[in-house]
Order: sequence, then structure tokens, then C-alpha cells
Amino acid sequence: MSQVRVLVGTRKGAFVLTSDGKRERWEVSGPHFGGWEIYHLKGSPADPNRLYASQSTGWHGQLIQRSNDGGKTWEPVGNKFVYEGTPGTHQWYDGTPHPWEFKRVWHLEPSLTDPDTVYAGVEDASLFRSTDGGQTWQELPGLRGHGSGPQWQPGAGGMCLHTILLDPGDPARMFIAISAAGAFRTTDGGETWQPINRGLRSEFIPDPTAEVGHCVHHIAMHPSRPNVLFMQKHWDVMRSDDSGGEWREISGNLPTDFGFAIDVHAHEPETIYVVPIKSDLEHYPPEGKLRVYRSRTGGEEWEPLTRGLPQSDCYVNVLRDAMAVDSLDSCGVYFGTTGGQVYVSADAGDSWAPIVRDLPAVVSVEVRTLP
Amino acid sequence: MIRVILPAHLRLLAKAAGEVELEVEGPATLRSVLDALEARYPMLRGTIRDHVTRERRPFIRFFACAEDLSHESPDALLPEAVAAGREPLLLVGAIAGG
Repeated sequence: MSQVRVLVGTRKGAFVLTSDGKRERWEVSGPHFGGWEIYHLKGSPADPNRLYASQSTGWHGQLIQRSNDGGKTWEPVGNKFVYEGTPGTHQWYDGTPHPWEFKRVWHLEPSLTDPDTVYAGVEDASLFRSTDGGQTWQELPGLRGHGSGPQWQPGAGGMCLHTILLDPGDPARMFIAISAAGAFRTTDGGETWQPINRGLRSEFIPDPTAEVGHCVHHIAMHPSRPNVLFMQKHWDVMRSDDSGGEWREISGNLPTDFGFAIDVHAHEPETIYVVPIKSDLEHYPPEGKLRVYRSRTGGEEWEPLTRGLPQSDCYVNVLRDAMAVDSLDSCGVYFGTTGGQVYVSADAGDSWAPIVRDLPAVVSVEVRTLP
Repeated sequence: MIRVILPAHLRLLAKAAGEVELEVEGPATLRSVLDALEARYPMLRGTIRDHVTRERRPFIRFFACAEDLSHESPDALLPEAVAAGREPLLLVGAIAGG
């Protein structure tokens, strides 16, 4: 029988949750790296036992951990992230130039085909790659070196590269997103990058055609249709049908179009999920009701999914990397909250149950279906 | 022989129980002790000093013999009691966080 493994990054450690295909009874392993911030951990699609984790604290900075046995044991690997050449400056919050400084790894994206190749999205925004299992890291400087770099400005959470999408059909093509620079695409394996922000509208940017400066919170893609991208922006849920060439809003009847997380059903490329959050001043759900919204039409028409989720007095947030789907026949959907709950739906969102209720604040959730 | 006491997170990371004892070539300075420490435990590189500048990370302090050595030159001689192994060098994480 199939198994699922959920990797949970929290403010105080990592947890590994496992279950069989029914997804009713769970084993909880952790905390791994107790007391450390685990922004993200993710397994290699090419080797289910190979995991990478981003571990950091203010005291000791950044570490990368690697597991070769599915998370039972870990070993620290390379943690030296150095920008190529002279890093230069981006804009600080007040618009003044500020030197590029490495702070932490927000997201690790293992290669689809090689367990030793993994990408790291970092703050201050840049993309690094390791081809030796995380022992050494090299920047792909073409992104930061894109002419718009000096105009990039941090979002409230820092100037982070938080989203990395690899195109299953074209190893040279990937998409990334940066708060608050926007989304970018490469078609040459990361040598050169193009901003893909046309159609995005942000009230704080006076120029509606601005090439960069948008606060993209997350992007999702179904692997069977890599030209279709779904975006949760600071405000607005967006969609592109041409690989980011043009975006259009699909917020439709959502109660609020602010939020962080967005994901796509494993078997239905037009079924997408978001968790609306009241506003950028109030990082909690509207009316104290934790609701996932699902669209089966690729956006515009949304239905609230509430069964099993708290519908009163709930004031948690769901962060950008804290939602994932499994690939079982009945698609499982997972998300974690800043209140320490991780919820699972084994029926594509119709009903929900908590796997755990009292973890530290959840930063990231990844899931892997195992044979 | 130099005795070093690591903060708890780094003891776990290095899998080093209790004090670390190091043989240091040449004069005992912060630089030579930290070099020897990182040579013995490569996973500590970058967690005490910056990888490139080699400067102390902001939330780390160095103490020995009831003195704060954090702002001393990395090439200043450590107190004789530390060099002789009678007193440990303490690496301390700031009281910070949440």
C-alpha cells in the first residue's frame, strides 16, 4: 500500500509525518534540529530517500542538512553561500541603496532527475545551485545581475527568493519569484532571466507597466501543463496561460484576494487551492474562519472548504510554502499554520482533519507519495 | 592543549559532548583556536565566524577568565591560563531570540 511522507519546517525544528494511503493515522518524528528555524525541507524527486533541509538561527547563520535515508538521520553539508563578484546594491525599504547581504535559504528545490543537484532560493534574493549533493554552492549570477537588480526592494519578510519551479518538460526552463521584485523565467538553465510580470497590478507601484517591484507571494504549476502558472500575489490571485508572458486576475468571488499559499490538484490541472487571508495588516483569516478555497475552473469561481476546519476564533496564518498536495488517486491536500497545526484532506479538500495541533509555527509543508 | 566550551546548538551540531580540547600550533589566539576548532569540526564553519570576512558573527561572544574578549584583535594572545589549559575559552550565544 502506498505511503505518504509530509515534511514540515517550523520556527523551532523539522518534523516528519508519515501515514499509509488512507491518511488517517500518522506517525510523528521530530523535532529534528530542535530550536533552529527550518524554513524549508524537501525530498529529491529522483531519490525518495534524499532530503535537503534549510536550517538557520540568528546566532549561527545558515546550515544545510542532507538525509540519505528519508529523514531518519541527517548530516550537515555545505553552508557557504557567496555571491559572485561584487554584489552591488538593491533598494532598502526607504528607497536608498543597500548592499546585497546573504541572510538565509528560504527554499530548496531538488532537481527532477539528479539527487545531487539542488537549487536554493536565498535572501537577499538570488539563486544558488549545488551539483554535489549540497557540499558546495554556486550562484547563478544572471538573475541578480539582471539589469533591474538595483531596483529590487524587500517585502516585509525580507528580500527573499521563495519560489522555484522546474519545468518537467524542459530542463533549461524554470520560474522563480522574489518578494518584492516579482517573477522571472529562464530558458537557458539559469544563465539569463526575463521578468514575467506583465498584467500584475500593485497599488504601491505608480507605474502600472513596471517590469519589477511586484510582491509575488507564491507561484504554482501543474507538471503536465508547465505553461500555465497560478500566482498568489500580495493582493490578487493571478493566472498565466503563456508561461508568464501575460497575467490575468482570477480572484473572482474570493472573500479576500490577499494570501500566501497556492497549489494545484495533483490530477486536475484546473483545480486550485488558496487560503484567503484578511489583509496585509491582519495576517489571519477573515471572520476568524479558517477556509481553504477551491476552484475547479482554473480560477474566478471559488468554493469554501470548511468541513473539519475551525470556523470560529481562528487567527492563524498560512505561509507561502506551507501547502502541498500528494499524488494518491484521491488527491491529498495539506497545509500548516502559524498556530502549529498541520491539516490533511484525503479527499481533495472536501473534509479536513488535523495531523498535529501543537507544533511550533509552521513555515513549510512538503509531501511525497512513497511506494 | 586549549579547552573550548561551545554553545549548546554547536555542541549538538558537532556531536561534541562537554568541553572540546584542541592542540593549537603557535601562539594561542582567537584566530588560531577557531582555526583549529573548525579544522576538527568542519560543520562549524560559518556558524561562529563569517565564511568570507572571518569576523565574529554578531550574536556570538568570546569569554575567558571572566573577561569579554569579543572585541579583542583575533591575533591578540589569549590569557595565559587559557593557553595553559587551566581555564576554558567560552563561546557564548547572545541572550536573544524568541
